[in-house]
Amino acid sequence: MTEAMHQVLVVEDEPAIRNVLTVLLEAEGYRIIEADTALRAEIESRSHKPDLLLIDLGLPDGDGIAIIRRVRAWSPMPIVVLSARTQEDQKVAALDAGADDYVTKPFSARELLARVRAALRRNVRGAEPAGVLNLGPVQIDLEKREARGAADEIHLTPLEYRLIECLARHLGAIITQQQLIREVWGPERLGDSRGLRVCIMNLRGKIEPDPRKPRYLMTEAGLGYRLRSDDKPG
Amino acid sequence: MNAPTADLRPDPDQLLAQVKAQEERATRGRLRIFFGSSAGVGKTYSMLRAARSERAAGTDVAIGYLEPHGRLETEQLAEGLERLPTLSVAYRGIVRQEFDLDAALARRPAIVLVDELAHSNLIGGVPQPRHPKRWQDIEELLVAGINVWTTVNVQHLESLNDLVFQTTGVRQTETLPDRVFDEADDIELIDLPADDLIARLHAGKVYVSDAVAAASERFFRKSNLMALREIALRRVAERVEAASRALHTGHARGRIVGDRILVAVGPDDQAEQLVRTGKRMADALAASWLVVYVETPALLRLSETLRNRRINVLRLAESLGAETVTLDGPSAAAALLEYAQTRRVTRVLVGAPKRRGWRAWTRASTSTVLVKQARGFDVIVVAPAGRTKRVAPAHLPAGGFQADIPWERYGWAAGVSGLCTLLAFAMYPHFDLSNLAMVYLLGVTVAGLRLGRGPSALTAVLNVLLFCFSFVPPRFTFAVADFQYFITFAAMLIIGLVIATLTANVRQQTRVAGARERRTAALYAMSRELAVTRGIENMAGVAVRHVAEVFDCRAVVLLPDVAGKLHCPRGQPSEHSLRGADLAVAQWVNDHGQRAGLGSDTLPAAPALYVPLGDEQRATGVLAVLPANPRRVLLPEQSQLLHTFAGQIGLALERARFADAAQASSLAVERESLRNTLLASISHDLRTPLAVMVGAASTLTERGEALQPSKRRELAASIEVKAREMSELVSNVLDLMRFQSGEVPLMRDWQSVEDLAGAGLQRIQERLQDHTVDLKIPPDLPPVYVDAGFVAQLFANLFDNLAKYTPPGTHAWVSAINEGASVRVVVEDDGPGLPAGDPEQLFEKFQRGSGEGAVAGAGLGLTICRAIVRAHGGEISARRRDGGGARFEFTLPAREPRA
Repeated sequence: MTEAMHQVLVVEDEPAIRNVLTVLLEAEGYRIIEADTALRAEIESRSHKPDLLLIDLGLPDGDGIAIIRRVRAWSPMPIVVLSARTQEDQKVAALDAGADDYVTKPFSARELLARVRAALRRNVRGAEPAGVLNLGPVQIDLEKREARGAADEIHLTPLEYRLIECLARHLGAIITQQQLIREVWGPERLGDSRGLRVCIMNLRGKIEPDPRKPRYLMTEAGLGYRLRSDDKPG
Repeated sequence: MNAPTADLRPDPDQLLAQVKAQEERATRGRLRIFFGSSAGVGKTYSMLRAARSERAAGTDVAIGYLEPHGRLETEQLAEGLERLPTLSVAYRGIVRQEFDLDAALARRPAIVLVDELAHSNLIGGVPQPRHPKRWQDIEELLVAGINVWTTVNVQHLESLNDLVFQTTGVRQTETLPDRVFDEADDIELIDLPADDLIARLHAGKVYVSDAVAAASERFFRKSNLMALREIALRRVAERVEAASRALHTGHARGRIVGDRILVAVGPDDQAEQLVRTGKRMADALAASWLVVYVETPALLRLSETLRNRRINVLRLAESLGAETVTLDGPSAAAALLEYAQTRRVTRVLVGAPKRRGWRAWTRASTSTVLVKQARGFDVIVVAPAGRTKRVAPAHLPAGGFQADIPWERYGWAAGVSGLCTLLAFAMYPHFDLSNLAMVYLLGVTVAGLRLGRGPSALTAVLNVLLFCFSFVPPRFTFAVADFQYFITFAAMLIIGLVIATLTANVRQQTRVAGARERRTAALYAMSRELAVTRGIENMAGVAVRHVAEVFDCRAVVLLPDVAGKLHCPRGQPSEHSLRGADLAVAQWVNDHGQRAGLGSDTLPAAPALYVPLGDEQRATGVLAVLPANPRRVLLPEQSQLLHTFAGQIGLALERARFADAAQASSLAVERESLRNTLLASISHDLRTPLAVMVGAASTLTERGEALQPSKRRELAASIEVKAREMSELVSNVLDLMRFQSGEVPLMRDWQSVEDLAGAGLQRIQERLQDHTVDLKIPPDLPPVYVDAGFVAQLFANLFDNLAKYTPPGTHAWVSAINEGASVRVVVEDDGPGLPAGDPEQLFEKFQRGSGEGAVAGAGLGLTICRAIVRAHGGEISARRRDGGGARFEFTLPAREPRA
């Protein structure tokens, strides 16, 4: 099991929470590096090059978002943010800065582990060329640009392919609206979310078994979207 | 003499004023005046010597300003004393050193020495002085709590100005209101016998300015100096007497209700003399005094320059401490009589009759009428002092208000005569000549009513001529056959002229009355509109509009913030708004509660006038007006009207401010009570889960090894469940508090309702395992402009209620209707429905569907739902669904709100 070797940098200033995180993640077989300040986080991330960064937004000596931005500048390592409820507005900023996902405090072990696993998996796959996406009965070959449902072929427009590709690149992670628009439509369309919304709706109509209750193409209210797949169930 | 017996009981108002005055004294600086009978007696010298001994005693003394006498002995004395910097003022190409008020205010010495109390500042100089007179600068120092020592000569005292002029023949232009002298804390008389002074003068020890040099020969005569010395000594003696009287009786001068003097003034040269005489008499009798100007039709016809003189006269009176009144009436005497009686005046001062010759015969002068008809008061007729030239009333032809002659009115007047003649021609064959004369009289009456005095007089004359020419035999000549027609002519002319004058007067009076009525109406209109206007900013706007209309000016209301600092109004300026008001001046006005700018005592050369709103003690803002024509705010009645307007605006603003404060405090009370309810409720909702958590956790710690794995798991799970409940409760309370405080910024964007409902569902999916929720949202539903996070929370709360209050297997539907500007969302279920009672109650804090019980959550879910919907400008309601179950409906905006 490759996961056993994964190294996680936990950045959290509250010792009790850090302790819980460490116990939990070590029990799952991860190796843990701890940091309690932004400064230490920076040093540890550079010296240990961990496989995943789990970071609290409210650090005493600095802004968690700034660290995310700096780490993103040199590493594609997955970043999962721990946010308190009062930091709702910072969540978007953190995601825009390059975080892959977030877990709201208080969190359950189940939730946290699921997010960590998903993020690590994405990292492993990130190096591989985009392949075939399994969304229940629907299969999408991103290279060949072919989509197939349970019965027959599904026709996706080039825009929809671009969208699903983009989502697939960050499979399991949240992509903010702004990120999606920038990558699919281009930076000049930033701020216009109508096209994106229509495109998401159409895409759901084609790939979701029940578009009214999406299972794969999820809305994260106020943040963005997340694509889930049935691959390698966690 | 009918003087009422002096009522020795102190008037409560006066007692109050006395207390106030004492309070003011406590913080006010003390004024010490070195008073002399003439230049050269050694006032400055004595002041400096006194300052040196104070300095030696360790007092913080500084010289604010010394007249540059260049005299050695004074200069020597000044050495070693701190000198404040003077202010260089450029005036007509010359730079002069002036007293720097702001430097003194900034330095704040215990005592500041400022020479020459009666000095006039250089109005028109650069920089512009704040006050026209030095005593006003000193007044400001005193108010700031700084003690001031200064010097002044007797001839500068306003009320003694005439007396000194009559004695010495030199008119002093720099005068000082007696009030300043009377209210000084210490007067030090510097006395020097006339011979010694003359000796000093000859020794070159007296500084004589160039301006006075010419007159100095005449001025420094021994007789003059002796007379001046006597006046000065008497003035100081009066002061001492008043002080000792005040000490004995407990009240100061004039505090006893006794004499009241009324000074009647007109627009002539004697007015100022009358005012000064009145002041002296009032002082001598310790009486209160008023100066009254009666605006009669005759005076209304005077030229503008003359009419404006009364502004100066009344201002002089005010500066001498008089109450000034302007009355309107057909005759000055009648108005004065009535007013004197209503105000219980004991003496009336009036100028000597000025009419000479036949005019004195035909019309009694005001003083004559007053003397004849006075009841309950004495009339004192004051003879003119020396050469008082009579001001010839420059009669304007008609209308009175117009400066230029209305020629077209004369045209009309001629036309009326022509018309009368035409009519008379038509009547001539059938009527007597006497009836034709009536037609002409009718014409004069019409002209008088319509055209004013001059033109109607022209009509009267033309009528007689035309009547004579056209009808009186022999016709078409000016010759008259019968002598008796001359009587007709004379009667026609006199009647015509009388009618012309009378009707013109009536017109004038109507205009005056109309103007007065318009003023009252204008004030009423503003008060009424202010009363129904909400919000201080809006009220300021209303006030500006009214003031601008009434005074034909541009205006602005400047309001202070919490710290008392004035700010320009925000928002769209209207056409009436005055932009570029001088905030520094306005701030001064607000702080001092006195008007400043145009025509006032402070910065009189400024283009705009700044009037404090509200009363003098606590100005609640400043009204700045920039009149199109300065007369519109300078005329006494207009100025008073502006004052009344400012008072009304101040009151209205204060009322609004109180209302705001009351609302804020009631909000605070509501918030407080919410907090209390919250605490009571939370303590219950927190204790239960805490008990479970502490119990379970301690069991695990103490007996963990002994427990079966399944039991351990059970305990841990219960801890998790209860902790989640608590966390949810705390989140809800926090959310609600944030909404209540209105500090939640909405991050709005276009969102689809389906997405939002889906996101809400996703949040609590785990708890809704046993329920079915159908989203039946039409595909063509327009997007809504909302904060996605909050609206998803709204859906989550509604679904959460579904999970909490409906049994497993309950079915729910979410549908939406496009209503144009908004989208109506319906969430309904086929569960047990709403509890009994008003469904509205559900949205109140801490209402629960099924009473206190096992269901967790402090009943805040729906309250938060409502807060979220309202924050988006929508409404939420609950009702029982037809066919059983509950139905919640709310609206979300489908348009961008206008900024």
